Amino acid sequence: MAQSAISVDAHHEHQHDTFKLLGFWIFLVTDCIIFACLFAVYAVLRTHTDGDLTGRELFEVKGFTAETFILLASSFTSGLASLAMHKGSKKQLLGWLAVTVLLGLSFVGLEITEFANMASEGAKITTNGFLSSFFTLVGTHGLHVSFGLIWMIGVMVQIGRHDIDSLTKEKVTIVGLYWHFLDVVWIFIFTVVYLLGVM
Amino acid sequence: MGEKAKGFFVTGDPLIYGADVSIIITLLGILIFLTYFKKWGWLWREWLTTVDHKKIGIMYLVSSLLMLFRGGVDALLMRMQLAMPNTHFLQSQHYNEIFTTHGTIMILFMAMPFMFALFNIVIPLQIGARDVAYPFLNAMSFWLFFFGALLFNLSFVIGGSPDAGWLSYPPLSELAGSPGPGQNFYIWGIQISGIGSLATGINFLVTILKMRAPGMKLMQMPLFTWSVLSSCITIIFAFPVLTVTLALLFVDRFFGAHIFTATGGGNPMMYVNLIWMWGHPEVYIVVLPAFGIYSEIVSTFSKKKIFGYKSMVFSMMIISVLGYFTWVHHFFTMGAGADVNTFFAITTMAIGIPTGVKIFNWLFTMFRGRITMTQPMLWTLAFIPCFLVGGATGVMLAAAPADYQYHNSYFLIAHFHQTLIGGVVFGYLAGLYYWWPKMFGFKLNDRIGKWAFWTWNIGFYVCFMPQYALGFMGMTRRVYTYGWDMGWAPYNMVSTVGAFLMGIGFVFQVWQILYSIKHGERDLTGDPWNGRTLEWSILSPAPHYNFAHLPAVKSDDAWWDMKNHRYGAAVQDNIKEYTPIHMPKNSGIPFLMSACWFVAGFGLTFEWIWMGVAGLAGVGICLLARSFQRNTDYYIPVDEIKRTEASLGRVV
Amino acid sequence: MGSHENHGSAKTYILGFLFSLLLTAIPLWLVIQHVMNKTALTVSILLIAVLQLIIQFFFFMHIREGEKPRFHVMALVLGAVMVFTIVAGSIWIMTFNSQVH
Repeated sequence: MAQSAISVDAHHEHQHDTFKLLGFWIFLVTDCIIFACLFAVYAVLRTHTDGDLTGRELFEVKGFTAETFILLASSFTSGLASLAMHKGSKKQLLGWLAVTVLLGLSFVGLEITEFANMASEGAKITTNGFLSSFFTLVGTHGLHVSFGLIWMIGVMVQIGRHDIDSLTKEKVTIVGLYWHFLDVVWIFIFTVVYLLGVM
Repeated sequence: MGEKAKGFFVTGDPLIYGADVSIIITLLGILIFLTYFKKWGWLWREWLTTVDHKKIGIMYLVSSLLMLFRGGVDALLMRMQLAMPNTHFLQSQHYNEIFTTHGTIMILFMAMPFMFALFNIVIPLQIGARDVAYPFLNAMSFWLFFFGALLFNLSFVIGGSPDAGWLSYPPLSELAGSPGPGQNFYIWGIQISGIGSLATGINFLVTILKMRAPGMKLMQMPLFTWSVLSSCITIIFAFPVLTVTLALLFVDRFFGAHIFTATGGGNPMMYVNLIWMWGHPEVYIVVLPAFGIYSEIVSTFSKKKIFGYKSMVFSMMIISVLGYFTWVHHFFTMGAGADVNTFFAITTMAIGIPTGVKIFNWLFTMFRGRITMTQPMLWTLAFIPCFLVGGATGVMLAAAPADYQYHNSYFLIAHFHQTLIGGVVFGYLAGLYYWWPKMFGFKLNDRIGKWAFWTWNIGFYVCFMPQYALGFMGMTRRVYTYGWDMGWAPYNMVSTVGAFLMGIGFVFQVWQILYSIKHGERDLTGDPWNGRTLEWSILSPAPHYNFAHLPAVKSDDAWWDMKNHRYGAAVQDNIKEYTPIHMPKNSGIPFLMSACWFVAGFGLTFEWIWMGVAGLAGVGICLLARSFQRNTDYYIPVDEIKRTEASLGRVV
Repeated sequence: MGSHENHGSAKTYILGFLFSLLLTAIPLWLVIQHVMNKTALTVSILLIAVLQLIIQFFFFMHIREGEKPRFHVMALVLGAVMVFTIVAGSIWIMTFNSQVH
């Protein structure tokens, strides 16, 4: 009898590990809803240029193509990081995470440059409904990426301190999931905002 | 900034000066009490840093009752203003502020925390768990709600209250229409508490899915647990929409964007579209748990298994998903066209079907049951006819062409108060009476409770039935006064009398609680109602680890089954050896982080960027600090469990 | 729980990456070259985006991982329905005053 009670309790505690992952998946679903609303606003307002420049005149193919491929590559390298973690190689794990952070930084840098260029052409958030919705949608994604960068660096510091243990493993898995998710969202920004915009 | 500082404190209204004085006196009283009795350490250790779901539930409950008081005072002020034609008790501006804060407070700062109080207190006990899935996050949700509510209520004395209606439609809520900080208070107050609500939704969803007692299958869960599950699903899909909508409104106001403005290519109706995508599911979020409470109570006090358990589960799940597809019925008059209106009229009417199924199930459960007329049962019985009328008028409103007549009239006001008071408030009060012994270890006095019940109920019908008529007579919502020639005076006077009766009912309840703390019937068994579910299998109030042994569940109505069919086995379970219990440690971070959100919200409200940035930086530091913590839990040793169980009167 | 194959292998990551590169390059090329008329082009690039989403869910995010029942998959499916409702619903409802220039 006592034996079974222990195993029951132990079973319950073991499950705590998978709680976090399920909770994070559900959080990602809520984040999907956030982006869905921003996409909906963009879809409704994209023709509301108030007589100003349209997306076709403003978006630069080179810029957004570079951003897309950089983010895609970073999603791949964060996957390689998790692979290295499961092999138990701390050095490789930190290396791939560092590459991911660098790629993420260059993505954010390119985005800031793009926004600055648009602003210098007179296309600001205050200009019209179309640009307001553009800057909020793409900017929210950019903020997510920036937040993810700080988070990833925080996880790297913790791996440095504590090596790969069950806690840091969980953290790498979750931040990796977040990073892949941001790439998925970007695919739709790339398609709906930029490709449909320059079409 | 000088310009802004001049209007920093709200001045010029005797009501507000009165509030200022009472706030300062109350604050001083609390500070002196805590210092004199050396209770600061106690407050910090036992309450501010707690991650115990039962204590968090009690804090939610206290806050929501305070907010019920404030929202109720708002309501009474409005009814006083409208009692007679051409009254100048309130100025039009003050009236606008009061109907705005009344609506916002009652839904977001009364109904939501009241609901979360019941989630917190009941769910882990009912599913046989020792805590929620994420205790730290749970504490954070509470403090985010608390500081959000604090920020919102602060607008009463600092900066000025919001005045653009409880959903703050643009263009009125844009900078051009509402230049003061009141609208920013609205945005940040709701935004901060909304993040907490979303986290609670995720938390309880995972708790219910993953932390049920060994053996409890999904289809053996108590119906209140099912109702919370369905409500959480709706929270998860609805609350992010609110977050985005309010954020975009703030972007318009702060950065000068043109998303919802009437000029520059903005589209104000997009705000209305989005906010109701949250707003409509929100009413199902609050009413579904009430349905769960009624199910528990009807079954317990009819001494019968609930009739049609499966149909109850399916109807709740259908409501939680279908509730997401009806939002346009709030703005049929926008002019979206016949096809759009028809689609949403049909979905709205369809949602009445699962609700009807539930009503019949409750009636059939009572049919030939041995009913005991306790206080929870009284409120449940009062709910059924009340919600039926509310539902029927809802179907009337759902007919899109007819809605052009009812839209924004007092008919609508009467309808939604009937569903929200008759459905939600009655339900939560029933739940409060039902679970009160489990929270505090004593029952609430019956005699005073009956006085409260009858004044509330009679007051309700006296207040809202005339409003249906007023709606047909052409009285629109949000008018602050009217002339004798309209013929509305007698109805309004009756309605005001009813509102005050409900106010008296609330006073009775406060008295009832104070009286029962001293004289209430103590609950020594832990099972005062002869209950059916697991929360009644442990002593009242529950020890902080809830269950010394996790119960083994073999059927639905698990505790009833144990009591009546497997008593030997249940006793056997209790004399098993204890094992150390794994529990989360207290943490001050939820409180500090939410306080930082408050600072950020306050700064952004006044557009003091340095303060907003400082607050947000504080939030970030708290997040990082938490991420770097490693020892977040501990084990309760067997000795301590033995001592606790013995002190609670349980044989060890 | 010893399910190592679930964490993905170098092969699945590389395969997923190659698919993603391809599914990014194709719509880009389609749009720049104006291969089809506007409606056909819109539909095809949206379909390709959805395809890429599915690829990433399987190859990068290992959606099949985790113990049963897979509540996270149910949440994602319901989430997809809600996302569609929000976006398509808003577009449909707001067409009544859309400004086309």
